Amino acid sequence: MTADQMAAQRPSGPHPARPTRRPAPAGLPRLIPSGAGPDARIGPHLDRLGPLPYAPGADALIKVAEAAHLTGRGGAAFPVHRKLAAVIGSGDRPVVVANGAESEPVSGKDGSLLWLAPHLVLDGLQLVAAAAGAMRTVLYVHRDAALTAYLAQALTHRYAAGTDYADVELIEAPDRFLAGEESALVNVINGEPARPQFKRPPVYERGVGGRPTLVQNVETLAHLALIARFGAGWFRSAGTAAEPGSMLCTVHRADGGRHVVEAELGSPIHALVRLDGVQAVLCGGYHGAWLEPEQAARLALANASLRPVGAFAGAGVLAELPASRCGLAETARVARYLALESAGQCGPCFNGLPRIAGALADLAGPRPDAQVITAVRRWAGLVEGRGACHHPDGFVRFVRSALTVFGAEIARHARGQCSATDRRPFLPVPAAASQESDWS
Amino acid sequence: MPRSSRVPSTRMMVNPVACSAHGVCAELLPELITLDEWGYPLVDDAPVPPALEGQARRAVRDCPALALLLSGGRGSRRAGS
Repeated sequence: MTADQMAAQRPSGPHPARPTRRPAPAGLPRLIPSGAGPDARIGPHLDRLGPLPYAPGADALIKVAEAAHLTGRGGAAFPVHRKLAAVIGSGDRPVVVANGAESEPVSGKDGSLLWLAPHLVLDGLQLVAAAAGAMRTVLYVHRDAALTAYLAQALTHRYAAGTDYADVELIEAPDRFLAGEESALVNVINGEPARPQFKRPPVYERGVGGRPTLVQNVETLAHLALIARFGAGWFRSAGTAAEPGSMLCTVHRADGGRHVVEAELGSPIHALVRLDGVQAVLCGGYHGAWLEPEQAARLALANASLRPVGAFAGAGVLAELPASRCGLAETARVARYLALESAGQCGPCFNGLPRIAGALADLAGPRPDAQVITAVRRWAGLVEGRGACHHPDGFVRFVRSALTVFGAEIARHARGQCSATDRRPFLPVPAAASQESDWS
Repeated sequence: MPRSSRVPSTRMMVNPVACSAHGVCAELLPELITLDEWGYPLVDDAPVPPALEGQARRAVRDCPALALLLSGGRGSRRAGS
């Protein structure tokens, strides 16, 4: 059966009470309504946004995603229409996966979205499954019994309402940093440990069960569900011309608070985080980069602004580092965690990351050996670009930015001093996981 | 995914998951492959010169881990997430 024939079999009556079309939401937030709480029912969702318009055939969805310039919100910002076209054009019925693993400890936006707008994500998943004529449709989420039970309830409401093209399998991601990586995700769904694979052929050609597999972040799918309703022009009315729309950001405050906020692409960083009295800003999460406050003040939440300084918007993580903490100690602690989260498969990664993390621990202490920084820079060059996944590359981006941004602190440590007045850890790092256990 | 239609050049590539640092490749093809300080191959990203293609194919065949690949245009496509 072709994708078009499959799409023709989609349910025709989306909702018993068939809500009428609703006007497009003006301004932000678009994804999570202000004041929203958890609600597994589909009725209020359809009342707010109207029915889900399934596109006639696969090409319409590809075209509207392309016209919207929608890019993946999981971190890599890959154009959505190109992945859609690759999978749909393969001729095989694919597997479609909504990726909500969110295994980055500093990110909370996918969890917030799934709790507060689960049906928007599921709408997007259904659109893609219908357009692609999916063989299997999976919602892959961070391991959390309460969330999984809640999403199962939301799915039950959808089945009762008859809105859906495909039945959705709920699969939990193991609690590992790399569990959301596309090829690790494929492994988990195939019943294997959550380790990345060498991606030749790529997952969109051969993934789950050997089938072409389309993996999209849950936020990406939520945007797609709004684009299908309100159009590419509406989507592009926010953001910049090159990077349109909005993205969810997880913001960590210097006072320890954390919140999720939706921001237009191109928003000034200083509109999202406080820069006064802050020592540095971590932008893009643990695979991202530290920024000096004066530098961050001139930058915007867009890759066009961040890439030239070695940073990226990633999955929208922004963390203010309080002046009271030692940036080197924070970097060393996170680097150790990331080194332990290496899947231990690629030689440069499992040799290089622990050595770099150890050297950073030396740098975080008093009077480190003068050769330590030289060694870190050499090892960073040796691990970059040499993994099956981007873990070593993200690790190196994070570490190199620390050597630059905390340069003055490195000089202090060389003299046996440290500017920190508070030794408590600031950035969240899960309890050290053992190398060999808990991959599945 | 569609790419430009220029003639694909042959390049050496390592499957880093499969590679277990035997170092055979660096012995057979020192012109293009050296070993890092942990014994893993550092592969020249440039196209393989025609004069070295025979040696390159032999290195691919003789890798004990079957971790060395010769790729044309087709194998070098990638998508992010």
